[in-house]
Amino acid sequence: MPLTPVLTNGHLNGALDEPPLSDTLIDCNISELHYGKFKAVRDVALKVKKGTITAFIGPSGCGKSTVLRCLNRMNDLVRGFRLRGHVIFRGQDIYASKVDPVAVRRHIGMVFQQPNPFAMSIFRNVAFGLRLNRYKGPVEDKVEAALRQAALWDEVKDKLRTSALALSGGQQQRLCIARAVATEPAVLLMDEPCSALDPIATRRIEELMTELKKKYTIAIVTHNLQQAKRVADTTAFLYVDTSAGGRTGYMVEYGPTQAIFENPREEHTKEYIRGEFS
Amino acid sequence: MAAPIQRSGAAAEIDLEGLELSLRRPRTLFSYLMSLLTGMATIAALFPLFSVLYLLVVRGTAALSLGTLRELPPAAMTTGGGFGNAIVGTFVIVAIATVLSVPLGILAAIYITEFGPDTRTASAVRFAAKVLTGLPSILAGVFAFAVIVAVTGEFSAPAGGVALALLMLPTVLLTAEEAIKRVPSRMREAAIGMGSTPTQVVTKVIVPTAAPAMLTGVMLAVARAAGETAPLLFTALFSNFWMSRTAPNFLPKTLGDLMKPTASLAVMIYNFSGSPFENQIALAWTAALVLVAIVLIFNVVGQALAGRSAD
Repeated sequence: MPLTPVLTNGHLNGALDEPPLSDTLIDCNISELHYGKFKAVRDVALKVKKGTITAFIGPSGCGKSTVLRCLNRMNDLVRGFRLRGHVIFRGQDIYASKVDPVAVRRHIGMVFQQPNPFAMSIFRNVAFGLRLNRYKGPVEDKVEAALRQAALWDEVKDKLRTSALALSGGQQQRLCIARAVATEPAVLLMDEPCSALDPIATRRIEELMTELKKKYTIAIVTHNLQQAKRVADTTAFLYVDTSAGGRTGYMVEYGPTQAIFENPREEHTKEYIRGEFS
Repeated sequence: MAAPIQRSGAAAEIDLEGLELSLRRPRTLFSYLMSLLTGMATIAALFPLFSVLYLLVVRGTAALSLGTLRELPPAAMTTGGGFGNAIVGTFVIVAIATVLSVPLGILAAIYITEFGPDTRTASAVRFAAKVLTGLPSILAGVFAFAVIVAVTGEFSAPAGGVALALLMLPTVLLTAEEAIKRVPSRMREAAIGMGSTPTQVVTKVIVPTAAPAMLTGVMLAVARAAGETAPLLFTALFSNFWMSRTAPNFLPKTLGDLMKPTASLAVMIYNFSGSPFENQIALAWTAALVLVAIVLIFNVVGQALAGRSAD
């Protein structure tokens, strides 16, 4: 497993009848997603561009987190999970049978809703991924670099060997970001990373995201529309369809954040955004 | 089922009472009495424990000396002597039992929690372990007698070890299962999200996080095994000699020495406590004190190690 992902550019997939996707890193097309008999999501098609932040917004239960977790195969852990569609990452469908989900997750990292550091020292938390990937170089340097990227270095540099569980919630979440970026994945998925944090910690994470997008491509699920508006370049709005009796999430609209917020095309989007901002 | 809300005509006054603390108020009095009751129950529960310890210390220290820890058991009608061989034997038998039961129990616990929690194997193992916790310890001895003693034709330390391992296994397994279940699932998720294989999730996150609680279970099992007499009576039997038949060496010189009847503190206490000779009875008390002390030291050291590994 190469630590520094090989950056591919140019024609990723000649088979697609589309113009060269030089800046598309993830091409996600979910036609149907089931958990057992329950149809959770349908018709989500979007392309995540390299070096951008894509936000998923929508009411609770619309499947935003489900879609996000599709992008690094975290849904594989849920029993009865089935997907019809594809998620193409660097020209390869990550759901192809020959693909190892473990390898996918090393290229596409994740930050969770609840800060979830391991019950070990700060240093070992950040070094975790490096050790997982049998990194042979100087681990200390990588750990420091990751903690600096996560804007946490100055706060923890004198207590790297103390337990990560002693940190505050906001610090723990930045530690989780440091842990995720330590192995330099191509993509960072963030599932409501600020929902357990206070406004000041939230602000810091948001600043961090805009800083991180210089190096990483980010996809974020958020309940906070202001947050999507502040940080995201592209926004996807998902909604719940209850017409067939179930609760199936689907994508209503997808486009540049400014367009979604200021000039939404769909009625559902308009209502949702108006409800939040008025 | 919520009862329908009764609506009577006139609304009653809500009496929030005064702010001062008063024992005349029934709920305050009740709360006070209940606290008192729990406190007294605690003291009542501790009383038998401390009286046993007190008796052990008073009667056990009478014959305690460096000699008792180093010498061989005395014959009837003689004075002096000790139980050095029984201390060594207890360590050897319990070590054999630990080596057999701990890896097996922990690996099985990992399987039934992490790899196949909903399989029929897992529920069968869980059920069997729960049944085994209630196994009369003498039956473990019967089993080891049939499987080891009858086959090898010798009472031996390994036979005793197998009997004790059988008793330790369910405790180790069930406490390890509990310990693993208590690892927050978000840590598991984090490890998977980092791209850990299932094995890496277990070895790098689950086991290190659960280790202190697992160790507590192992300590409990060791403490219980060290004090068991019945399973050793017809497996390890007893011996009035050192394992290596020579000097007070801690370990037998050859593996062959292991396959001989082996002394243990528990069986020695059992034998000597029924003896008509004062010297032997005194030694039984001392052996009991030493056994409790050994278990206590093990527990303290184990907890200290567990506390350190948690950082």
